[in-house]
Amino acid sequence: MKTDGAEVLTRTLTEDEAAILDAWNTSLREGSSLQSGRIREAELKTQAKAVFGQLQDALGAGGLDADGTGFVPLRESLADISRSRAIQGFTPTDTANFVFSLKEPIFEALKRASGTDATSLAAGIWAAGKVLDRLGLQTMEVFLASREEVIGRQGQEIAELSTPVVRLWDGILALPLIGTLDSARTGVVMENLLQAIVDEEAEIAIIDITGVPTVDTLVAQHLLKTVAAARLMGADCIVSGIRPQIAQTMVHLGVELNVVSKATLADAFAVALRRTGRKVVRQQASTEGRG
Amino acid sequence: MTVTKTETLPVRSGDDVVRVRQRVRALAIEIGLGLVDQTKIVTAASELARNTLDYGGGGDVRIEIVQAGMRKGLRLTFEDHGPGIADIEQAMTDRFTTGRGMGLGLGGAKRLSNEFHIESTPGSGTRVTIARWK
Amino acid sequence: MDRIPILKLGGVLIVTIQVDMHDRLALALEEDLTAMIARTGARGVLLEISALEIVDSFIGRMLVSIAAVSRVLDAETVVAGMRPAVAITLVELGLELTGIRTALNVERGMALIQARISEEDDGHGSDRDRHED
Repeated sequence: MKTDGAEVLTRTLTEDEAAILDAWNTSLREGSSLQSGRIREAELKTQAKAVFGQLQDALGAGGLDADGTGFVPLRESLADISRSRAIQGFTPTDTANFVFSLKEPIFEALKRASGTDATSLAAGIWAAGKVLDRLGLQTMEVFLASREEVIGRQGQEIAELSTPVVRLWDGILALPLIGTLDSARTGVVMENLLQAIVDEEAEIAIIDITGVPTVDTLVAQHLLKTVAAARLMGADCIVSGIRPQIAQTMVHLGVELNVVSKATLADAFAVALRRTGRKVVRQQASTEGRG
Repeated sequence: MTVTKTETLPVRSGDDVVRVRQRVRALAIEIGLGLVDQTKIVTAASELARNTLDYGGGGDVRIEIVQAGMRKGLRLTFEDHGPGIADIEQAMTDRFTTGRGMGLGLGGAKRLSNEFHIESTPGSGTRVTIARWK
Repeated sequence: MDRIPILKLGGVLIVTIQVDMHDRLALALEEDLTAMIARTGARGVLLEISALEIVDSFIGRMLVSIAAVSRVLDAETVVAGMRPAVAITLVELGLELTGIRTALNVERGMALIQARISEEDDGHGSDRDRHED
């Protein structure tokens, strides 16, 4: 007769619960996650106890299929745990070890329970290994996904920080763009600029691209869209700082930047002042000084 | 990809179009879409709802909150049992219109979405599915 | 049926659109405005849309057609206060509101219309003067 590993495992987990939990807690305590001070011992213990209970329930209900419905509550708790670990900055090893460090106590318990019955021991270990490996992998998947989310958010924040909209004069804004423009970043740029136009009631916005190394068709399209959107809101845009190489590339690409463009930010500012009915005049004294 | 919430609304009158817009807005806020993305999906919904009404003779829209990994999205499926579209490619072209509006409905809705899918059988109806991801 | 109120201030008709417009309301507004321009001889139409959360192609078409009709009746149309998200969406949708002037807010919109009226009354380069020549 074939020994049922799931049954051996479930029985051992129930009968030897206290000892396994104890050994697991010891191993967790010795692990580096506690040393790093990112989590308190009591919290770790509570998580271990909850997870252990759910593992018992899951094995009782769903057998060994860690992807099955019986494991849903356990998977969710583990997902929550690894998500918070990812955000708190735990290492992948620490996170994976939360599950993997349960192996040894369980194997020890199985050894104790099986005595000399090698078949039952092997079946139990195989079952425990199968379930815990799968759970460990799932933990890592969630961990990585959460890290990616954190990275994505940081990328978004960097994009927002790197596109300051500055007020040059009453009703005149400037957006000095620096670095490569991809569509995600241009989206943020566009929103920031348009919102600033509303907030500052700006009639004219100068988009300065002196610091943009390349302008391809896509970037040009984004610029044009920004200009068009601003126009719909009742503001005009001037593009300044198109470098000679960029101008050439654009012509070769057949990109038509059908907007008012000026060589430098200063030229654009002069146009903006003129359009808003202002004029920069040199004070008499300094003119005389030169003459 | 899993569907975590589904609602179906009728698209049979001008008032329904307004209701569809409002529900799409509410669900877009629920999944945490930014203001611009909300506006885009609501506008796309408005275009498609009007298409369903004007060209399809009315129909339904299924609004779903979908999740793929950690990403959440909103998926809208407009379905009618009207005359269908014989030449989808032509219907997708801007300025192509057989009715009122500016003929930007289908092409515009596509540009405002992350995913766009259309099936149509002349004589039996049209189904347009769009999705916008967070 | 509900109708959107139209205010008259000097020679300018002012409409504030504050509701989620359904199609009947939009069509009624277009009719009412046309009738009112003709009746009052207004020289400008100011549409304030800062409360509008979306402008789809139907409402876009309404704006364009109000502007076109007004122009025929010698009134300038200015759309004021479009939200950034709405503007971005309109551009993505591919809608160019041709023939419509825009302004950031009502104040600027009024200034635009006033400027145009006084320019014409002074007889500098307006279409009408050229026709009379």
